[in-house]
Parts: sequence; C-alpha cells; structure tokens
Amino acid sequence: MSPVAFFILSLLLFTLGALAFLFKRDLITQFMAIEIMLNAANLALVAGAKTWASLDSQVVVFFVITVAAAEAAVGLAIILLIYRQKKNIRSEEINLLKG
Amino acid sequence: MATFLFYLLSIITVASVVAMIFSRHQAHNALLLAVAFTSLGGLFALLQAPFIATVQIIIYAGAIMVLFIFVIMMIDLRQPFPPLRKKWVFALGALLIVVIFFELIMVIKSFPTASKATNLDFGHPASLGKLLFSKYLYPFEITSILIVAAMVGSLYLARRKER
Repeated sequence: MSPVAFFILSLLLFTLGALAFLFKRDLITQFMAIEIMLNAANLALVAGAKTWASLDSQVVVFFVITVAAAEAAVGLAIILLIYRQKKNIRSEEINLLKG
Repeated sequence: MATFLFYLLSIITVASVVAMIFSRHQAHNALLLAVAFTSLGGLFALLQAPFIATVQIIIYAGAIMVLFIFVIMMIDLRQPFPPLRKKWVFALGALLIVVIFFELIMVIKSFPTASKATNLDFGHPASLGKLLFSKYLYPFEITSILIVAAMVGSLYLARRKER
C-alpha cells in the first residue's frame, strides 16, 4: 500500500473535521471535530514514520495523544461550567467578550 | 489483503465522520466518533505502529469517549439543535475547506511514493520505549506534569460552589 494513500486519507479526515467544526453549533460536537482533526494529523505522522523510516514521529504521536487527553479533560470541564451558567451549549450564544 | 483492509477501514472512518456532520444528536455523534477512532487504530496497525494502535484504542476510543459520554449525560439537552440558518456562513466555510484541501493535495504530490521502512521490527513497542526513555526523556516527564495539572484543573473547574 503506497503511503500517499494514507496521506490523502489523513487530508480528507482533516478537512471533514474542519467542516464539522465550522458547520456545527453545539460545543460538544465542535470539540469532537477538533479531536478528528488531531487524529488526522496523527495519521499523517504515522504514515510519515513509515515513509521515511524514522521512529521519532511515532513518539510525537504518543505525545499528541497524551496532550489530547489532558485537553479533553479541561475542555469538557469548561463546557460543563458554561452549561451551568447559561443552561445551553450553543457556541453562538457565548459572546461575553463581544463589544 | 493490506489493500483490502486499508480501503475497508478508510471507508468506515470517512463514513462515520460524514455521518457525524449530518447527525444532530450528540450521543449518536459520540458513538460514530468511537467507531472512527477504532478504525483509525486499525489503520495505525497497518502502518507498522502496533504500540500507537493500542494506545489509540485504549485512550481515544476508551478514555476520551467515556469522558465525552459522561459530559453528554450530565448536560442532558432535550431538544436537538436546529440547523444553521445563515447560508453565507456555509458557503464561506465550504469554500475555505476546498481551498485548504487542494493546497494540501499540492503538498502531498511532492512526497515519495515508496516507503523506506521494510524490516519487521520497525515500530516495535520495545524500540519505541527505548526512544521515549533516552532521547525524549524530558518531554516524557513534562507530559506527566501536564497530566497532573490537567487533572487538578478540571477537578477545580467542575466542582460545585459551596454556599
């Protein structure tokens, strides 16, 4: 299997994730779209590890997964706080900083 | 066999992400995302990365999805979200995405088409572990501090205020 196919798949996943992030309005689904984009980047890194025979990018994927876990914990806690204050999680209604 | 598995797993992944874009129910979205993450784990295994594949399934399809589902249960929104009404936002977003897609296709065209890694124990967990504890020792330790900070921070954020 040519590695270019994996790169094109990761590109497709990244654009689909960005599309989901732009088109969705609830914070949880937008957060899931961010996770999809992170996973697409991971797929490109692993494909690169095989293409250039370097194990370093697999280590980078390991770090990306750990940081994504930390980010998910903090982000979901923030979403919970927003829900307690506003009783909904629509991203367009979070406009406290709007002048 | 590898080609068949690649097409099967990539079709499952892309189809579940597309279904996530069209679905309006958060619990369905979480399940579709778990399917996508699991099949991505299979793709990692196809790329000679068994350790990354295992970590992907344990952490993403396991831990992170459990977190998402807990938060969805806590939030409990009864009504599904109505679709976005501003059409120009759709058009602008789709245009931007298409531009990014073709830009990155141009980048990928310059990549080599054959892979260098051929020996069988490439990506073996033992060699990855050796790299983690020698060359990447400091980032590894800093990651553990980050995990503790995230844990304490999310506990602090999500606690109930006592009166």
